[in-house]
Amino acid sequence: MSLFAPIKDHHSETQMFAARVALCSVISILLLGIVVARLVQLQIYDHELFAKKSQGNRVRIEAVPPTRGLIFDRRGRVLAENLPAYQLELIPEQVPDLDDTLARLANIGLIKEEDIPRFNGLSDSGPRFKPITLRFRLTEDEIANFAVQRPRFPGVDLQPRLVRHYPDGKLIAHAIGYVGALSTADLDRLDGAAYAGTSHTGKTGVEHFNEELLHGHVGFRQVVTNALGRKVAAETRDFSDSLPVGESPEPGDNLTLSLDLDLQRIATQALDGKRGSIVAIDPGNGEILALVSAPSFDPNAFATGMSPSEYNALQNNENRPLFNRAVRGSYPPGSTIKPMLALAALEVGATNLTRRTVCVGWYSLPGSSHRYRDWRRQGHGEVDLHDALSQSCDVYFYEISRDIGIDTMQQYLDQFGLGHATGLDMVGESSGLVPSRAWKRSAFSERADQVWFPGETIIASIGQGYMLATPLQLANAAAALAARGKRFKPHMVAAIEDPLSGERTIMAPERLPGVQIENEFYWDNVIAAMHDVMQGPSGTARAAGRGASYEMAGKSGTAQVFTVAQEDDYKDLELEERLKDHALFIAFAPLENPRIAVAIVIENAESGSRVAAPVARAIMDQYLGAADDDI
Amino acid sequence: MIFSDTQQMFGGKEAPIGGVGSILQRLHLDGPLLGALLLISGFGLVVLYSAVAQDMDLWLQQVVRLVVALLGMIVIAQFPPDVLRRWTPWGYLAGLFLLVLVLVTGEASQGAQRWLDVGIRFQPSEIMKLAVPMMAAWYLHDRQLPPKFLNLLVLAVLIVVPTVLIAKQPDLGTSLLIATAGILVIILAGLSIRLMFVLGVSAVPGAYVLWQFMQDYQKQRVLTLLNPDSDPLGAGYNIIQSKIAIGSGGLFGKGWTNGSQAQLEFLPERDTDFIFAVMGEELGLLGVLGLLGLYLFVVGRGLYIAMQARDTFSRLLAGSISLTFFVYVFVNTAMVTGLVPVVGIPLPLVSYGGTSMVTLMAGFGILMSIHRHRKFVPH
Repeated sequence: MSLFAPIKDHHSETQMFAARVALCSVISILLLGIVVARLVQLQIYDHELFAKKSQGNRVRIEAVPPTRGLIFDRRGRVLAENLPAYQLELIPEQVPDLDDTLARLANIGLIKEEDIPRFNGLSDSGPRFKPITLRFRLTEDEIANFAVQRPRFPGVDLQPRLVRHYPDGKLIAHAIGYVGALSTADLDRLDGAAYAGTSHTGKTGVEHFNEELLHGHVGFRQVVTNALGRKVAAETRDFSDSLPVGESPEPGDNLTLSLDLDLQRIATQALDGKRGSIVAIDPGNGEILALVSAPSFDPNAFATGMSPSEYNALQNNENRPLFNRAVRGSYPPGSTIKPMLALAALEVGATNLTRRTVCVGWYSLPGSSHRYRDWRRQGHGEVDLHDALSQSCDVYFYEISRDIGIDTMQQYLDQFGLGHATGLDMVGESSGLVPSRAWKRSAFSERADQVWFPGETIIASIGQGYMLATPLQLANAAAALAARGKRFKPHMVAAIEDPLSGERTIMAPERLPGVQIENEFYWDNVIAAMHDVMQGPSGTARAAGRGASYEMAGKSGTAQVFTVAQEDDYKDLELEERLKDHALFIAFAPLENPRIAVAIVIENAESGSRVAAPVARAIMDQYLGAADDDI
Repeated sequence: MIFSDTQQMFGGKEAPIGGVGSILQRLHLDGPLLGALLLISGFGLVVLYSAVAQDMDLWLQQVVRLVVALLGMIVIAQFPPDVLRRWTPWGYLAGLFLLVLVLVTGEASQGAQRWLDVGIRFQPSEIMKLAVPMMAAWYLHDRQLPPKFLNLLVLAVLIVVPTVLIAKQPDLGTSLLIATAGILVIILAGLSIRLMFVLGVSAVPGAYVLWQFMQDYQKQRVLTLLNPDSDPLGAGYNIIQSKIAIGSGGLFGKGWTNGSQAQLEFLPERDTDFIFAVMGEELGLLGVLGLLGLYLFVVGRGLYIAMQARDTFSRLLAGSISLTFFVYVFVNTAMVTGLVPVVGIPLPLVSYGGTSMVTLMAGFGILMSIHRHRKFVPH
């Protein structure tokens, strides 16, 4: 101890310590007194109240799930509804032996052996008073079978519930998606309390994107159970002030989509037995009129639950029915981009309306012997821009592409919405790809690969090479052509309705920056050429345009298949079939004030004008033939 | 020579007494305190057997933990307070080092970084439950009491650093208890009443700052206490069920292993933080008061030992350990009866779980050492 340290006074220190201990003791005894008083209050004064709650009748809080919002098409036809069905539920806290109960349920065929581990996991994760759904929809026979054996299964019960139903499931599966049973991963993502009592959630499409609107708000009520724990009656009277009486759930909002169910049907039929996609858009506001991806699947199977083997069969089907080609399928756009390039070329002066070229069936770069072939071996002879579009002359575009340059091409195609997601109200959209010098520099790591070659500009001018677009992007671009450069964000939800108040909110179309080509004269000429594609004397798709009561414009595309070559699993015959060119077509009608723009992609169907164009015609006939009605 | 005090005591005037008293004395154990602790632990094991739904394996694990904790207590009791005091700074620094280590490398456990795996997993914050009050007492040992303002600042740093480190884990409950143990030392050392009052008043803005520091689940617990009915399916469920369990127990209880709330699993966490509610339901007000009486006796005996202690370090440490034990009892029982928010604090010596029991018993080992190694300084 240092010399300067003060001398400790042990006597006064002990006295002060004693005083402090006394103070703390008094406070401690007071605090303990509060606890004891609380215990007396709970156990003596309020004893009867709590005894009533605990003994005899056991009051339980039960979540009341909200009714999911309905989904309608543009004419008010039901696309997604909720149907009553009996489901099989198990309440963990009421089951004496979970393993034994599940095994016996599997024995009588009500659940599958392979699902047992999943149910075990679910019962461990949630509160033990919360029911677990074993089966979402029982057949009449199964209901009868279980009713007889019910006494053998304490804690297992039939529960009437609303099950999501899609009356025209296969027609709309890829557009509106589906709901599926809440997984533990979903519960991590969603607010657990808000989903107490809810069994399903939107997994894809409109159902997923608009989950918050469709779900609604959970309610709760008291239920009284007898000594065995089985629910006996809903109790509305309150035993005390500490348990709330209950609260009604608020149903989710009803959605009206811009989809036209008739159009979906025609489009689905047109793609029957094929792989491909059709997207139709209203050029005047961006509303999606049809969105089909083929082959399709039955979304009801997801809502009612399917076995792992059924799911695997869907997942592993080589035609990939679960793959949404409309928004995720990336295809070389082929000649469908020619009208857009023609506009760009006119705007930047790379060509004019009188320039003529002699097409001999192939084109070579100066100083090179490599021949870029035209799709027509013998060539088109002497053509101007109009002929080059209506007859789809490749050589004309090969030639002018050098004057436009890849970066300018990219700039204008970007304005038409290619190369980036369209912003449709749906998740998982692919962005497609429009190459440029800058893109190539960043996409490749090897110095030698980063150089842009003149030949790559040539093939880009007919939508080949690196270029990729989704059917949705092509329809969106067709809509921009139809509207002469005016652009809207594509959207599927047209109106939202609160089912309680009946209040309806119409979604306003969202204007996007347009295509920067002001000269109406250029638009007139390019659209006239597209008109001739379908209804001119030598148009590539004149067969599809014949005999229509309205005027239409279109452009075919035939895309070489690059990607499939890498998939080496297919057998030889099949390989041949899958190496065939994709057929593409974009179109819009009527010529004046267009009301529909459409894009068709049919995989390995070889010819855009022969196979895809008639499909476009059928869609437009259906839509324009029907009564014109706004939402 | 380290054991000089001990030798002096054995070689001193106290004549050996025969029987149990002799054994206790040789082992430096305090009979009344040991008896009360054994009664509480035994009582706890009886209640726990019911709370774990008569699961023999779980119950035996707890018995083993209790035996280990008692052995730990006996070992600690063999070290005289002077030795403990000399080791204190090193123990404190080691604890700090481990806390930093946990923050840096700690393995995630229940969403929080609390565990360190060195063959066995343990929580360095447990060391701090004892090291912080020991350090505070060590610091004040040679100084004039009541402490000067400068001393208070040093003490504040000694307490705040580990508290913040543990709060960051995040383990708010434990960090507050550790701060409490340190603050109790200062209060016992004679912190001026006026200053306590000022600090008490400034606790209001302090509480606001604390609120900003809280994780969402901790805020939820406070809000749930204020209005458990606001969330009857979620966080309020525990408190509602716990009140029903205790209230329905009445004066005599529903009988051991017969509580419907506990046995039918309406009551969550019935073998850990909410075991007091099981007791209230099955053994009634009388059973619960019996346990509270035993706790009160332990605290009283601890404070008596503190009063008897011969040096500042022993005195302050014994007082702090005893009062901290009381804080544990109070916070747990007040939480289970819905008086304070649900903070994860077990009922001492009764709740299932080993780490905190070993620390508690080590603390009582220190109390016994202080009492049994007293130097009889003639006045």
